[in-house]
Amino acid sequence: MSLNDTSSSKFEYDGAYIGQYGGQFVPQILVPALEQLEEAFENAITDDEFLSELNSLLNNYAGRPTPLTECKTFGRTENCRVFLKREDLLHGGAHKTNQVLAQALLAKRMGKTRIIAETGAGQHGVATALACALLGLKVTVYMGKKDCDRQAPNVFRMRLMGAEVIPVDNGSASLKDAINEALRDWASSYDDTHYLLGTAAGPHPFPKMVKRFQQVIGEEAKKQMLEQTGQLPDAVIACVGGGSNAIGIFADFIKEEQVKLIGVEPAGHGLDSDAHGATLLKGTEGIIHGARTHTLQTDEGQIIESHSISAGLDYPAVGPEHVHLMTSGRAEYVGITDEEALEAFQELSHAEGIIPALESSHALAYAKKVSQGVKQPTVLLVNLSGRGDKDLSHVMSVLEKGGDI
Amino acid sequence: MEASMRYQTMFDKTSSNNHLAYIPFVIVGDPNEELSLQIIDQLVESGADGLELGLAFSDPVADGPVIQQAALRPMANSFSIEAGLNLIGKVRAKYPQLPIGLLTYANLVFAQGIETFFNKCRNVGIDSVLVADCPVKESQLFAKTAENSGLQLVFIAPPDASDETLKQIADNSKGYTYVLSRKGITGTEVAATKAKTGFLGKLREFNSPPLVQGFGISEPKHVFDAANAGVDGIITGSAIVNLINQHYNNPQIMLEKIGDYVRSIAQAAHTNHADTA
Ligand SMILES: Cc1ncc(COP(=O)(O)O)c(C=O)c1O
Repeated sequence: MSLNDTSSSKFEYDGAYIGQYGGQFVPQILVPALEQLEEAFENAITDDEFLSELNSLLNNYAGRPTPLTECKTFGRTENCRVFLKREDLLHGGAHKTNQVLAQALLAKRMGKTRIIAETGAGQHGVATALACALLGLKVTVYMGKKDCDRQAPNVFRMRLMGAEVIPVDNGSASLKDAINEALRDWASSYDDTHYLLGTAAGPHPFPKMVKRFQQVIGEEAKKQMLEQTGQLPDAVIACVGGGSNAIGIFADFIKEEQVKLIGVEPAGHGLDSDAHGATLLKGTEGIIHGARTHTLQTDEGQIIESHSISAGLDYPAVGPEHVHLMTSGRAEYVGITDEEALEAFQELSHAEGIIPALESSHALAYAKKVSQGVKQPTVLLVNLSGRGDKDLSHVMSVLEKGGDI
Repeated sequence: MEASMRYQTMFDKTSSNNHLAYIPFVIVGDPNEELSLQIIDQLVESGADGLELGLAFSDPVADGPVIQQAALRPMANSFSIEAGLNLIGKVRAKYPQLPIGLLTYANLVFAQGIETFFNKCRNVGIDSVLVADCPVKESQLFAKTAENSGLQLVFIAPPDASDETLKQIADNSKGYTYVLSRKGITGTEVAATKAKTGFLGKLREFNSPPLVQGFGISEPKHVFDAANAGVDGIITGSAIVNLINQHYNNPQIMLEKIGDYVRSIAQAAHTNHADTA
């Protein structure tokens, strides 16, 4: 749904920018590829045939709409009710599948035969691999060497579905370096290759496009909230890595000024430590991966590695729209530490029989905090962006070591 | 010498002899400060007409494996951007007439404040700045400040750019225009091809500053192809940096090999190309 009323026009894209953030800071050689993509995207989202094909995939293959579940005990107090948007039940196990199916369809529409993607935890890589298997596209996934080792089962999943996984050993051998490598590949391959970026970051049109293809989360949730409670939530809470699940659930609420939007960043060992991924809270303005945005960097502009217990939030930059939502005051961003996330991970499993992804556990932990302080009747909507099966062995080994992260 | 005159003086001289200008590239501070200065001396003594000097950046998306590997060395030694610029100041002091271009990434310019960064560049005697991840459509972020600082901003013209883009590049590029004959990133794995003459002609028609070709030039043959296509100068980067990657533990041999290599390219560039073209 487009935000047409004037009060929210400052929350719309003006060309490649949202506020002063975004843009296309890529080598000149990539500009035609981005322009072709932008044109195809703008064209597709007004084409009924494309949209109905996408909807059919989302509903009949991926399992939309996903349920909205009210927690029986988690975060439940006299004044507080917590609702979970169940993206964990989407095929692939996380919200990633929504926009991957859309971009893969778009790639076919542009006549591309090969897909490249980056992945950190492997969730986006898995989603890309499944979409490409389904749609008959060749796929190469770049993944930091360190992440390949940390997330071996996802490497196997991708390969099982026919993806070529290339470990990236340069730079810091993690997600940011995988993105660099994908951009380098694309600089010579764009004639037949689409770069299927996995979050609402990167150069225009990716942030705008990924938002558009994830906003289904918030649109469904809004309807379901009204059906189940007769009201809008008081706050919408989501974790922020690159920003796709958060912008997806926020999008349809941005114009509802009474609804608080809260993004939860990975505070790692603490916001004042040097091991976190709190790009919005602790980063500074910079230009990275094609966009003017916030990033973790030195005074001289070298990008610093981030840290989080959850690989999916372990990224030293963030999508430009979140910087705009923060600086304009429309959304609030907070931090949750590794330890707090780990606690919420266990608590939701125990209380509700739902094992959340470690990423989503950050949003849950913050919702729990809010629930304990509220004096007024409060309804919270939390994006449960993914399921925790991928995190089991990691959490197991952390807990065996006595919770030392 | 007025910064804006150095390129022009260089091109006046090379073109009056029907030569190509030869501009080798290295990363400053690689493998360390002292050797970096010796390498740069070797480039100049072996026939360079100008220099393109790169700052090591943590996320060099326009660079292939050879230059990525080189960028890791100064960073591992905590050789700062400040130190890199100061090193360039020493090079300037030694070679007052030599055109010196800086190759950098947008975040290094942005992080310190664009004006502060560009003023530092001017103060150490840099003539031009090429921001590898700033296409011409984003030039407004840097252009005015660069001009006020007396720096020439250089843009890259890819072989398949539209006429409209080529015109923008020709209008905005100062000092020279960096032309590519192929897609992709830096490196010698994919060799340069003879640039399409139509695209070079378009740039000239739009009154571009002199055309300098880079990416994938590693052998004298590529230099003759470039002359044949009608460019004014050439840049070799990865071929030299590769010699540093291979031999930095043995400086004597490294400097000899760089000297031999640069002389071979300079000789090809400084041939009378009147008949080649
Ligand atoms: C389950 C889950 N949630 C959240 C994220 C973070 O990404 P984003 O901020 O783009 O939603 C990831 C990324 O891998 C993820 O797998």
